[in-house]
Amino acid sequence: MTQPQTLLDKLWDAHVVETLPGGAAILYIDRHLVHEVTSPQAFEGLRASGRKVRRPDCTIAVADHNVSTAPGRVGAEADGVIQLQTLEANVAEFDVPYIPIDDPRQGIVHVIGPEQGISLPGMTIVCGDSHTSTHGALGALAFGIGTSEVEHVLATQTLIQAKPKAMRITVNGRLERGVSAKDLALHIIAEIGAAGGAGSVIEYAGEAVRALDMAGRMTLCNMSIEAGARAGLVAPDDTTFAYCRGRPFAPRGEAFEAAVAYWRTLVTDAHAAFDREVAIEAADVAPMVTWGTSPDLGAPINGGVPFEVSADQERALDYMALQPGQAVAGSAIDVVFIGSCTNGRIEDIRAVADIAAGRKVAPGVRALVVPGSGLVKAQAEAEGLDQVLIGAGFEWREAGCSMCLGMNPDKLTAGQRCAATSNRNFEGRQGPGGRTHLMSPAMAAAAAVTGRITDVRTLEPVAAPARRTEYA
Amino acid sequence: MRPFTTLTAIAAPMPAANVDTDKIIPARFLKTIKRSGLGQHLFDGLRYGANGAEAPDFVLNREPYRRAEILIAHDNFGCGSSREHAAWALLDFGIRCVIAPSFADIFHANALKNGVLPVALPRAVCDALMADAALGENARITVDLERQVVIRPTGEEISFAVDPMRRRFLLEGLDDIGQTLQHETAITAFEAKRATDRPWWPTIAGV
Repeated sequence: MTQPQTLLDKLWDAHVVETLPGGAAILYIDRHLVHEVTSPQAFEGLRASGRKVRRPDCTIAVADHNVSTAPGRVGAEADGVIQLQTLEANVAEFDVPYIPIDDPRQGIVHVIGPEQGISLPGMTIVCGDSHTSTHGALGALAFGIGTSEVEHVLATQTLIQAKPKAMRITVNGRLERGVSAKDLALHIIAEIGAAGGAGSVIEYAGEAVRALDMAGRMTLCNMSIEAGARAGLVAPDDTTFAYCRGRPFAPRGEAFEAAVAYWRTLVTDAHAAFDREVAIEAADVAPMVTWGTSPDLGAPINGGVPFEVSADQERALDYMALQPGQAVAGSAIDVVFIGSCTNGRIEDIRAVADIAAGRKVAPGVRALVVPGSGLVKAQAEAEGLDQVLIGAGFEWREAGCSMCLGMNPDKLTAGQRCAATSNRNFEGRQGPGGRTHLMSPAMAAAAAVTGRITDVRTLEPVAAPARRTEYA
Repeated sequence: MRPFTTLTAIAAPMPAANVDTDKIIPARFLKTIKRSGLGQHLFDGLRYGANGAEAPDFVLNREPYRRAEILIAHDNFGCGSSREHAAWALLDFGIRCVIAPSFADIFHANALKNGVLPVALPRAVCDALMADAALGENARITVDLERQVVIRPTGEEISFAVDPMRRRFLLEGLDDIGQTLQHETAITAFEAKRATDRPWWPTIAGV
């Protein structure tokens, strides 16, 4: 009888090239996603040491972080353009597959990996970006790395890694209507803390997780890093296989069936031991809003800032211009940002369009909708969602990271308060002095149309919305 | 990589938890294609006012901490983004060692690869070291990687743990790639076995 294994054990064991003295492993990497910001110094390192990219056929590059998302891509910043040109020169020199900025498949690296079938179950996937945890939704071991490690993977197709601890979060029951995967993620992070998953890979399990579509699972895994975890995982199932089937770079025909036969083995065995287990009741999860400058400082929409706060939290409240005990609902907002690798998929844009239909963005509010990829944008346009959004007063943008991280023209100015579907509310994250409240797409849309942080479940119905979808 | 052996230096106290990498180096400074020159933007949002002038209260703008080579902070230092620019900015400023109760995983790995030593010590010890650091100029703290001890200005020694392989790499200034390439035969064998065992495993040639 072999020892029962966790999903992490199975993924790990399948990729160990060699175990080094002391226990760390040389781990084989199946997919390496490369973008313009964290790769220039890695390619420079290869050049300096006369090394090649070992597996260009397992590597893909795309520019997303500092591209302009303004219609027509106008207004890109000069230093961002240099990084884009450097990426283009590097992929040409090292023969790395590249999706150019004017290709309809361009987009945020964590949106296009799954979308193209580049990221698949059972793989190890890395990228010089912490939100690589997103791809764990497919049942892949996916984690962010620094630039030295980017160079290491380019040169060797491996990484030297110590095995992370295994943590399981089981979400019992079903999420209520109006409560999304984003709310679940923010609820979990508030529960376990910004370092609650440190050193661990979190496997998400339970009925509520099984019921999530792939977009929801990606949102959940994406935010794992905000709980300090190395990665998030959802065991692949029929939902996963249906999603992967027919993707451009997924296996086809008999090869796909062979892949599925293997992928079905990628589940945690009964009685496998985890280093830590956490149980969450789905019924306890409400729409969440962060009030501080760390993603774990959040509260349900009908809750508020604690009355008693620590010194760190006091500083956060000072930055956010909020008071201890203040309700999270009701704060007037200046900007709404909908997009990012967390919530830039078609399902997210549908959720926003559902709220926008028949309503208008509140006066004085700037509301951006930034699709996660060119294909998401095209799909939304095919469904007429762009017209619903534009008609309601939202800006409809090109694909990219946009206002998630304040390194392209889309930034908050000092003192602006933003309802954001992205992943980080750190000081200055969306621009120096900007104040970020993280929330779901539906909640951000509700903030846009009311001008205030609002419980989306309490919006008055409007006559004849253009279309309607069910919440996840 | 520049080896790390022993460091005796001024330490700057930063009594905050969750010091994230956006705080260490905001994203707008990541639009560089070099590793060097980021020290001027280290902690930019805290270090400079809106007019670009130094914020007089910020620890690294005060003497003697302008010359600090050790930083002491609270839990979960380096959380957030994977940007190695955070380690590069610390190093470029002159910080060779960060002492905190815990570190975010990616920052921890990035620091080690750049010869910046992350030392994890209990919160109470970090607070004691911050009190030492507050004594200023003459309160030098020593970090001895060979012996795995931090030495307080009083002479008291506090031992710390470090992964033996990482310790060796730091002491000898070794880089990972050179080490891994010594195992190239095993990597090639892994790829060959994969191709035999799972012939359906796709590549992404022809994008």
